[in-house]
Amino acid sequence: MDFTAVLAQIKPKLGCIADNLAVIEREIVKAREAGADLVVFPELALSGYFLKDLVPDVALRIDSPEIFRLVELSKGISIAIGFVEETDDYHFFNSALYLEDGAIRHLHRKVYLPTYGLFDEQRYLAHGESFRAFDTKFGRFGLLICEDMWHLSASYILAMDGATTLICLSSSPARGIEGDALGSASAWQKLTSTTALFLNCRVLYSNRVGFEDGVNFWGGSEYVAPSGESVVRGALLEEDFVTARVDEGALRRERIFSPMMRDENLFVTMQELGRIALERGR
Amino acid sequence: MPALLANTELLRKLLVGFVRDEVRKVGVNKVVLGLSGGIDSALVAFIAAEALGPENVHAICMPYKTSNPESEAHARLVATACGINFSVIPITAMVDAYFEMFPDANNMRRGNKMARERMTILFDHSALLGALVLGTSNKTELLLGYGTLYGDMASALNPIGDIYKSQVWQLSAEMGVPTEVIEKQPSADLWAGQTDEEELGFTYRQADELLYRMVDQRWTKPELIAAGFDTEFVAAIHSKIQNSHFKRRLPVIAKVSNRTIDRDFRYARDWGK
Repeated sequence: MDFTAVLAQIKPKLGCIADNLAVIEREIVKAREAGADLVVFPELALSGYFLKDLVPDVALRIDSPEIFRLVELSKGISIAIGFVEETDDYHFFNSALYLEDGAIRHLHRKVYLPTYGLFDEQRYLAHGESFRAFDTKFGRFGLLICEDMWHLSASYILAMDGATTLICLSSSPARGIEGDALGSASAWQKLTSTTALFLNCRVLYSNRVGFEDGVNFWGGSEYVAPSGESVVRGALLEEDFVTARVDEGALRRERIFSPMMRDENLFVTMQELGRIALERGR
Repeated sequence: MPALLANTELLRKLLVGFVRDEVRKVGVNKVVLGLSGGIDSALVAFIAAEALGPENVHAICMPYKTSNPESEAHARLVATACGINFSVIPITAMVDAYFEMFPDANNMRRGNKMARERMTILFDHSALLGALVLGTSNKTELLLGYGTLYGDMASALNPIGDIYKSQVWQLSAEMGVPTEVIEKQPSADLWAGQTDEEELGFTYRQADELLYRMVDQRWTKPELIAAGFDTEFVAAIHSKIQNSHFKRRLPVIAKVSNRTIDRDFRYARDWGK
């Protein structure tokens, strides 16, 4: 079905859960009042990104009052949001929730934690171990958190699991000033567009803005149609409230024009990956 | 070899945004900086004026008696061009009072003392005005260690520390820094006739082309030499980077506890901001 998604391009404060929750609630209300069906927040929207030793201090259990509050708010509008999750065995995950009709529909734990260059996630966080598509009021979705999307297999698995909409929550730092456009922005735009095109999927990409210790997150949240075309894109480097009208007909037409996912041979893929796994083990 | 280029429109937006965001998030709206008459501090003044409004930017020119009078004139020109507050505080009395005790001190000691004298004035004005001190060291200087530790390298925020001198020139032209300031020979102005490039033994453009490939693009030594860089120049720049690394780090702390500052006690400076 057609639906309207808002990509809430916010500027979280580092380590300030209460302040960020207030901003998030305000955006949820604004999106609902604007008639949107879904609001998508960035990665770690509740906590900020370069947390380092703050991770245990800002982590929330799934049954915490803050998450409960968001679950309540999802009675009025579906919500996708990123936060640090603390588990019963005291592991900390970079997680994303999909909330709908007052319930948790899906929890995704970031699988690929970047630990190179300016990133240091594996030092502080545990990695997730699955990619699963899930059903929503608006069709079958898949959740990805930032670096997850740079692994072809992640989007591929979700698409093979039936997802026709990929939601990616991101905290992507701005870098690369030599070219016509910001280096990290053009790399991401190629990635979201190509992923949509290869998998005949829509991509809803929500990226934050603001600075943390001189690192600028570039925003540019966007809705990419299954054709790979960018339908709407948020402001660069500034807070924004990006409204995407998602057209069911465009997905159907694209899947008729380019039935690559229909023809994708899961058996061949499994056979070859199985062989590679065996050979690597030798 | 292609010149090191920057997308100046984008760079301007990033650096203006940096000053605006990082200054305001600590609950301050003003900045103070030393204006030497050279291009680096001129560019920082223009960035700060655009970020915070010129009325919130305080520039201080701090000449010593041997400073070239043209430097103060250029500093004044820059302040007028971007409309910021401007004052002159000479450092001759303080520096001379000290060196009366050490009349044999060489140029390096005198230059370092001047840079540190200026630093104390800027941080005193930080307290006086409720303003953050902006740094004006560019990436070329920082990598080569061509600056005084706790002197001109000291600041609260540095907008230009990740851009090379060649990019400082480009962005300065884009932002309207007066042509005289862009076109003159870079100089630390510590003694008469000093120029950076003469003291360093190479030009900034040569250094930048090498540094960009060596540092940003991580070319190996054989790759740099194959691309036409002189073997000795590559070695000299590499050792300058290595030998000045202490200037770019906090003082080393002897570890005895379970959580040592900056080693296993790690927080962003923007913690809670």
